[in-house]
Amino acid sequence: MEPKNKAVAASKRAAENASPYGFDTLQVHAGTAPDPTTGARSTPIYQTTAYVFEDADQAASLFNLQSFGNIYTRLTNPTTAVLEQKVAALENARAATAVASGHASQAVAFHMLMNPGDHIVSSSKLYGGSITQLGVSFKRFDWHTTFVDPDDIKGFADAITPKTKAIYAESLSNPGGVVCDIEALAEIAHKAGIPLIIDNTMASPYLCRPIEWGADIVLHSATKFLGGHGNSMGGVIVDSGKFDWGQNDKFPHLSQPSPAYHGLTFWETFGDMAFAVACRAISLRDLGPAISPFNAFMILTGMETLSLRMRKHCDNALAIAEFLSKHPKVAWVSYAGLKGDRYHALAQKYLPKGAGSVFTFGLKGGYEAGLKFVDTVEIFSHLANVGDTRSLVIHPASTTHRQLTPEQREAAGAGDNVIRLSIGIEDVNDLIKDIDKALNAA
Amino acid sequence: MTTATLEKIDHENYSDDYIRSILRKVNVIAMVGASANWNRPSYFAMKYLQQKGYRVIPVNPKEAGKEILGERAYAALTDIPVKVDMVDCFRASEAIPPIAEDAIKIGAKVLWMQLGVRNDEAARKAEAAGLQVVMNRCPKIEYGRLSQEIGWMGVNTRVINSKRQRRI
Ligand SMILES: Cc1ncc(COP(=O)(O)O)c(C=O)c1O
Repeated sequence: MEPKNKAVAASKRAAENASPYGFDTLQVHAGTAPDPTTGARSTPIYQTTAYVFEDADQAASLFNLQSFGNIYTRLTNPTTAVLEQKVAALENARAATAVASGHASQAVAFHMLMNPGDHIVSSSKLYGGSITQLGVSFKRFDWHTTFVDPDDIKGFADAITPKTKAIYAESLSNPGGVVCDIEALAEIAHKAGIPLIIDNTMASPYLCRPIEWGADIVLHSATKFLGGHGNSMGGVIVDSGKFDWGQNDKFPHLSQPSPAYHGLTFWETFGDMAFAVACRAISLRDLGPAISPFNAFMILTGMETLSLRMRKHCDNALAIAEFLSKHPKVAWVSYAGLKGDRYHALAQKYLPKGAGSVFTFGLKGGYEAGLKFVDTVEIFSHLANVGDTRSLVIHPASTTHRQLTPEQREAAGAGDNVIRLSIGIEDVNDLIKDIDKALNAA
Repeated sequence: MTTATLEKIDHENYSDDYIRSILRKVNVIAMVGASANWNRPSYFAMKYLQQKGYRVIPVNPKEAGKEILGERAYAALTDIPVKVDMVDCFRASEAIPPIAEDAIKIGAKVLWMQLGVRNDEAARKAEAAGLQVVMNRCPKIEYGRLSQEIGWMGVNTRVINSKRQRRI
């Protein structure tokens, strides 16, 4: 609802997102008012595809985006909306749009920003699936990505072209334990008139809030720590509300009348929530990766204990990283929480409450020793996931990063002797015993 | 809320109570710059506010004498024959001073400037005349936020509520 002139900077408005409530209150209450019809205190699962209109006029208003309400669960769902509000509140953001998976959040966010021929500058230290998505699959849309080592901040600025529409990075990378310098990347992005997108999956908003360091869009695989129990796929696109989409002509889908909406201009009409609304009304509507209301319920229930779990995840992870760093079978440990780790200083800045619970270490024995290790552990589960209450382990070179070339694997921190751990919330002494036994067998 | 006009209002940061008290007490809203075009932001806001029970009277010289969403449009605030509680401005910041003067003249209680619109000089004059002023906000978004309706779109309402009622 915004008239043509933008006398007041968007960033001023975004300051208003700050909540008077603490994190632990928000994770329980944000978005979760009692159901107005039944009084149900827990969020009901609205397991429905569609919603009855009040009358023809209300239906028309809804389709025109003139009133707030539900049409069809591919677009909105009251259970999913609770998840969205919770994530937006915890990230100190303007709005959020939930989708079926973390990868869907990436596809939807980029679909709103990119045209054929456009370009992304991305950190090279990403989850393997994201490197494939950006580097290989996106090419088929004629979207092109240049990968830059996140230690080379200047390399990001150098890689930007007139076609570049975003800088992309993971706050805490999976699996390398790399902490990226969000503030520095934000400055480079803003100088180029493009948004900084941060995948905050590994940190969760409890450990890091990228928007407070200048990120414009935050993405989550809610499959991981947000849900936290390894039972539901989900993803979230978080809009800070701070980016000025009208500052240049790089983002016509937001700043120009939209042919997908009868000439409606999202930036002018929805102001500081334009990106979140457009992600829903165009990309989610037309690409279709809606989250199931049941999964949204599982994830939002998990989120009520996010801070409690993250504290235990981090305490356990630090104790195990310290144990590993002294073990004779271990060549190296890459955990930013360890003093002396090359990312320790950045972790102190961006992740002062803990460096997460996903990290890698190198076995002295190489590829075969890696396979032996994952076959010997008994409490740790050998599987391709992270951010579960249970402790998890994987040998990336033979699994998640298999599709990459050996050079790409090395670059992504997933070489042959690398083991990735996702430390759960079990008794840490039991976990250490399990690891010790497997190391001695490897 | 007569005290609200006596306190100094922080125009960078309105309290929820301040916005809520305004949206609860006004009934008739004059919308300056209301458009007859369905995909304009003012049309969105007018339609939404009508659905919430407000009477919205369009003010737009180009549309004067014609109807927008069932309401006759007027060329100027001073032409409106009924009592107006609030003047909502969909105009550029520089165009606000004469609108504020008219708002005072017709006895409106609230002068509201839309998202992106701010004129501190006009605001001061209106406040001196006893009006409450809101700048750089949209009443549709604020109503949707305080009623938590806008949360259906995944928007962070900043409102926490353990009550069953959805109201502003
Ligand atoms: C950092 C990161 N981003 C994105 C994804 C993709 O999320 P999803 O598996 O929910 O599609 C993952 C999954 O492992 C991840 O670790």
